[in-house]
Amino acid sequence: MASEYDLTVHEAHDLLKSRKLSSLELTKAVLERIHRVEDKVHSFVTVTEDMALTQARQADENIKAGNLSPLTGIPALIKDVMCTKGVKTTCSSKMLSNFIPPYDATVVERLKAAGMVMMGKGNMDEFAMGSSTENSAFFVTHNPWDLDRVPGGSSGGSAASVAAGEAIYALGSDTGGSIRQPAGFCSVAGLKPTYGRVSRYGLVAFASSLDQIGPLTKDVTDCALVMNVIAGYDVCDSTSVDRQVPDYTKSLVPNLKGLRIGVPKEYFVQGMESGVEQVVRRAIGKLEELGAEVEWDVSLPHTRYALACYYIIAPSEAMANLARYDGVKYGFSAKEAENMWDAMEKTRQYGFGPEVKRRIMLGTYALSAGYYEAYYLKAQKVRTLISREFAETFTRYDALVTPTSPTVPFRIGEKADKPLQMYLSDVCTLPANIAGIPGISVPAGFTDGLPVGMQILGKPFSEETLFRVAYAYEQAAGWQKRRPNL
Amino acid sequence: MKLDREEVKHIALLARLGLTEADVEKFREQLSNILENFEILKQVDTSGVPPTSHPVALRNVLRDDEVRPSFSPKEILANAPREEDGCFRVRAVLE
Repeated sequence: MASEYDLTVHEAHDLLKSRKLSSLELTKAVLERIHRVEDKVHSFVTVTEDMALTQARQADENIKAGNLSPLTGIPALIKDVMCTKGVKTTCSSKMLSNFIPPYDATVVERLKAAGMVMMGKGNMDEFAMGSSTENSAFFVTHNPWDLDRVPGGSSGGSAASVAAGEAIYALGSDTGGSIRQPAGFCSVAGLKPTYGRVSRYGLVAFASSLDQIGPLTKDVTDCALVMNVIAGYDVCDSTSVDRQVPDYTKSLVPNLKGLRIGVPKEYFVQGMESGVEQVVRRAIGKLEELGAEVEWDVSLPHTRYALACYYIIAPSEAMANLARYDGVKYGFSAKEAENMWDAMEKTRQYGFGPEVKRRIMLGTYALSAGYYEAYYLKAQKVRTLISREFAETFTRYDALVTPTSPTVPFRIGEKADKPLQMYLSDVCTLPANIAGIPGISVPAGFTDGLPVGMQILGKPFSEETLFRVAYAYEQAAGWQKRRPNL
Repeated sequence: MKLDREEVKHIALLARLGLTEADVEKFREQLSNILENFEILKQVDTSGVPPTSHPVALRNVLRDDEVRPSFSPKEILANAPREEDGCFRVRAVLE
């Protein structure tokens, strides 16, 4: 048997169910793994060892009593942007480095009710702004496949922990690709659900019309199992959609007969690395072998405006959401100040890092008098066009398939302080957030030993189709069985 | 779109972000560069296109006005940088 920490959720569940393994043994194996590799990977802002051991013992009690759900007793990491009652929730920012929420995010509450063993909180780009986890105010997370490279971001700690065996599964959040891009970079599965599918209650807000929570897992089956628990309407999030949640594991079938798949040419952008393109094209060929009808030359011409559209809308929403950090109610507060305004400016000067400031400035500019129409309103209209184009395309195709990112994981430091280059890392993922549609990244192979992700997009609430394509591909290709050497 | 230093300072003031002189110059350069790239949106014909503020067409979401449990002042004030007599302590607004 592989080491316990290498198990998937469903493999661990089978062993727990047949009593060949206890949750406490599994949890201790994962903790030991954390102790062994964490100084190389740095996935965790906080390791909640005592809580994990308590929850594991509780899970074992429940299992003995016959109360066993698919996630019972299984160790998970939660990105540090989701509130956890009594456990620091920092957003990897100095601003919240001492913030202890008085409540659990709805997703955390649901996972706890399903028997989660929480290993800790995952490192991220500060306030989820970034694509490499280098914007964490605390430390950089390293890619388990090549420690000199970034794990992607902003859910870099989530992706790296799952790839490294420091958690069996993780939750991330995705505003422009922050689940899918790191999933691609770390060779794990990552789903951004349809906007409104998963409650955002207790998710520290970045851009409220774009943010969604989703799973990062070792395989597609695990992704479906986690979604079964976290998806669904929540009275505490008025933007969550009241719509029945299917059993996502039912869509895990190993063939694609009758499925129409489009390959949008605009996603094979200029500047895409040839190794990435080759890997993804080969993976799409596999989908054809599995019975899908693939149209290789689909066009969504407005895709080229998505980056600019996104980087106006997201910072505009962010500047409003981050106005709450004034040093009065919680979080960092500058001590030495002459008056109220000075205190507020200093709190924000020392509490926020450079990328957060950059985006607050961008958003403030785009919303300011004289520029609102040229920037924000214009971007909102382009958003309409991008959404319409997707809707029209999905009348002809069940799914679209693209690379997850135009490059392999880049070197740490390579794009730091080059904001525009960093923004381009999200060019394939952010259109889905603009339109509110779901997207999944699955491991598609390697080029020069570095992971490449394939992204599958679908119309709103078509997660089942995405799971079907992703699962059929995964079962045929087998990349999910590879683990990094650490 | 090229920003000048005064514009950068004005935006920082609106956002209540303290900046050093070095920050001002760096942000002036970076933001100008980013905004220049956004000019691409001018190419899109959006006449007659309504703006989208939200991906899901929701109407107002209302609930019955029922009394429900809420957090105690103690729980909420636990994270307060400064508190006094069960209240957030703030600096003087009017001087």
